[in-house]
Amino acid sequence: MLADILQLLVAGLATGGIYALVAIGFALLWQTSQTINFAQGEFVMLPAFFVLIGMGYFGLPFWPAVALGTVVTILALGVLFKKLMVDPMIHHGVLPLVIATIGLAILMKEAVREFYGADAWPFPALAAATNVTVFGVAFAVQSLVILAISCAAMVALQLFLNGTRTGRCMQATAQNPTVARLLGIPVERMILYTFLINAALVMLASILITPIYLAKFTNGELLGLYAFIAAIIGGFNQVRGAIAGGLLLGVVDNFTAAYISSQYRMAVPLVFLIAVILWRPQGLLGRVEERTV
Amino acid sequence: MRHARRAIAWSVLAAAGVFLLAAPFLFRPYGIFILTMWAVLTIAAIGLNLTLGYAGQISLAQAAFVGIGSYVTAYLTTRGWPFWSTYVLAAVSCFVIGWLLGYPALRVQHHYLAFVTLAFNTLIYLIFRNEEWLTGGIYGISNVPRPNFAGWSMNGPREFYYFCLAHLVLVSLATWWLIRSPWGRAFVALRENPMRALSLGVDTRRYTLMAFALGAGLGGISGALYAPLVQFVDPTPFALMLSLNLLLMVMVGGSGYFLGPFLGAAVSVLLPEWARFGSDALYLIFYAIAVMVLMAFCPSGLLGLAERFMKR
Amino acid sequence: MTRLKCALALSALLLMSGAAPAADVKFAYVGEISGSIAVSGGNFRDGIILAVEELNAKGGILKQKIALTQYDTQTNPGVARAQMQKAIDGDPYVVLGPIFSGNVKVVMQMLQQAEIPHIIGGEAAELTSLGDPYLFRTSFGQQIGMPKIANFIRDELKAKTLALIWVNNDFGKGGRDRLIKELNTRNIKLVADVSTESGQVDFAADVVKLKAANADVVFVYSNEEECARIMREARRQGLKGPFVGDTTLLSQKTIELAGDAANGVMGHVGLTADAPLKEVEDFKARFQRRFNYVPDHNGLKGYSGVYAVKYVTEKLGKLDRKALAKTMHGLTITPKDEPGILIETTWDTTGEIDRISFLAEVVDGKQKITKILPKIGK
Repeated sequence: MLADILQLLVAGLATGGIYALVAIGFALLWQTSQTINFAQGEFVMLPAFFVLIGMGYFGLPFWPAVALGTVVTILALGVLFKKLMVDPMIHHGVLPLVIATIGLAILMKEAVREFYGADAWPFPALAAATNVTVFGVAFAVQSLVILAISCAAMVALQLFLNGTRTGRCMQATAQNPTVARLLGIPVERMILYTFLINAALVMLASILITPIYLAKFTNGELLGLYAFIAAIIGGFNQVRGAIAGGLLLGVVDNFTAAYISSQYRMAVPLVFLIAVILWRPQGLLGRVEERTV
Repeated sequence: MRHARRAIAWSVLAAAGVFLLAAPFLFRPYGIFILTMWAVLTIAAIGLNLTLGYAGQISLAQAAFVGIGSYVTAYLTTRGWPFWSTYVLAAVSCFVIGWLLGYPALRVQHHYLAFVTLAFNTLIYLIFRNEEWLTGGIYGISNVPRPNFAGWSMNGPREFYYFCLAHLVLVSLATWWLIRSPWGRAFVALRENPMRALSLGVDTRRYTLMAFALGAGLGGISGALYAPLVQFVDPTPFALMLSLNLLLMVMVGGSGYFLGPFLGAAVSVLLPEWARFGSDALYLIFYAIAVMVLMAFCPSGLLGLAERFMKR
Repeated sequence: MTRLKCALALSALLLMSGAAPAADVKFAYVGEISGSIAVSGGNFRDGIILAVEELNAKGGILKQKIALTQYDTQTNPGVARAQMQKAIDGDPYVVLGPIFSGNVKVVMQMLQQAEIPHIIGGEAAELTSLGDPYLFRTSFGQQIGMPKIANFIRDELKAKTLALIWVNNDFGKGGRDRLIKELNTRNIKLVADVSTESGQVDFAADVVKLKAANADVVFVYSNEEECARIMREARRQGLKGPFVGDTTLLSQKTIELAGDAANGVMGHVGLTADAPLKEVEDFKARFQRRFNYVPDHNGLKGYSGVYAVKYVTEKLGKLDRKALAKTMHGLTITPKDEPGILIETTWDTTGEIDRISFLAEVVDGKQKITKILPKIGK
């Protein structure tokens, strides 16, 4: 019984770590540039296919294909996304950009379906599908590796944002772009960095989750939803809010499925989401936002 | 000059009207089925247009209301209830649920409302899927009968098409009257400048709630027609995707324009059937790109584009 | 008025088509090209395409080329119904598919009313008990497969308890209900009954439940993608087998997706490209050459379905839908009569199939046949 709980906890934290990575990116985009990216889930689905194309079409071994995929992801989902989609549309207001990202999500999904295929494909895992026994409890090595990597990424990101000058400039831009500009911070460039960081985060999330989910064009639907929920519940004006939200979500999801009802497993995060928005919109860890009318 | 442009607009509308009336004689059963689907979804889009276009509230819950309407109708008609009673029940229950949902939900800012309605939609979908005793679960409710009035059966594709078209006309007239009425002007005031509306003594809360609930009620009517159209109701069509599609329909057609939903639904439902693309996916890719380009250059949709063109 | 015009036009066309035998024979494939069982639908379709190409290369059926039109149900009953209406509007000779049992249920009535023979891929037990005289299977239903696998579990594995994980749709539920019936008559206790959703990706919690049950045998009954994900998660968490399934668990796509995790699973396969029969081996080679992947059982289903129609039609000497259906009831086709049938097949009066089947095991990433099970009616 205890063994089961520990295993569920570790599995939940592992997937939660991935949700956290995706949620952080989502939150950063929202904070710095008012971009609500409804295509965030598809952003995680797509890089895996870049890697598969690298391996299949160009015949590269896994790691070089990953490198190629990373470059393409950062260019396409970071730079191009910002320059071609967000910049022209942001002055029209939030809603047109939301609609455009919904369109983008459809485009990405259907492009993969049409040009790669509607099936699922296997994706190489970073660790063997074995388990390691600690204190008599068998833990999946993959879960531990995923957890370790996502934690490392989150720590690195936090260090960057708090410890380096650029990171602090980015935080300033997120809190108040006008004042940031007055202080001489190159706001446009900071926003670009946010998009690049999001692209890197979704790339990492893609590599971690696709071995489990298998590469399929529908992967983004659920992931995107979980990313939004994690970001909002945690409180997305703080990066650590998105982290907390993601981890909490992963664990709650697993325990709900195992002990309460696997059919209603999604209901708990959704009810949580509604409750948080109605009664504590800044999220569990966020600060209350003062926004002018 | 303005008169010439007005004349063009009216003649386009007239031509469309003639086409819609003549359609069943021009197409095979599948074509008529698709046109009926267009009519049914336009009703749902009109509802969303009321909520979004006129009252300015982003709702991602419209699919849930279409679903509730469908299930109410399917459940009751397969147990022998007459269609009119289920139709009224579907519309009223959706109105009430919309009101109950809107009461707390409309307090939050716009983008948060999108997420609350998104969560609501997914929760309703889960209930549809899991409560097998009520909704048939993933197996759904099959053999939903078409309405029958004093021996005049709507079973055939043509008869049912006219039935739905009639509903569309009624809903359009009702919505037209609503928008022209003081209520409608209050809605528009809300959308343009909520602060000012408040300062003028307009009870923003009450009006927004009313718009939201009416939109939901129209979703229910759409659902009540959807069930006998497809004659099989399962949870799959009422997932988030339909809410997003309806949102796109309203925005692409032109949010806040009276004819926006008609045009948006036509682009979404009719165009893929008639523009012979190689596959479904290719059409969707084209549609998605068109949506993004439209949002970049003319966020007020196709009708906004037409208006701009006409003003020149 | 319009009806009269249509009738006149139609008769003119018929007269013309009688005079000019260059008119095509229309086949419609209404299947799951995308959605959660895109794998199965794709395989079925490619089997059909291969058969149609082979036949057209030899002149077609009764000297008429076959024109195949594809319709995608998206593994969605509402879409299936609309697409089937579209297909029927095109006036096909026969309809092939759907494979997804839920979709078959929704479209059966339309096809029955239109009196068009439908050669389906669905395996849910109830499909042949609904009284549709135009329905024909391409692989036998769960009510025939489950007793065979239950015997295997009782006799070879000597299991007393069983943990079941199944997908909650027509296919999964039908199989589960059937299996439970067979287990009850063999005194095997069901100690875990885990239902999962179609398209589910995360099985961590479900595997924990299976572990807690501590059964002699774990039975996995879901679609190919989910089977692969379940097996991967099972190996990750150290759930011990043996793992048993029916057809989908041991299918080619499952093995490809699960990788090493699939090794050691056992089960019953109604139809398989690895059958040790000459016609099947030749078919597998041709399929691989044409499409660059190894077919699963659905490929055989689609292929043999087309050839069954061809055989009966040529026997009749004319394109007659009613006569086709009538002739197929009670018919046996052997590979000697028609190599395209691949394995000797008999249809009964409900459209149900009787064939030999196989027990298999996955060894080193390949499906290995361990035993051939005879037909019931022999």
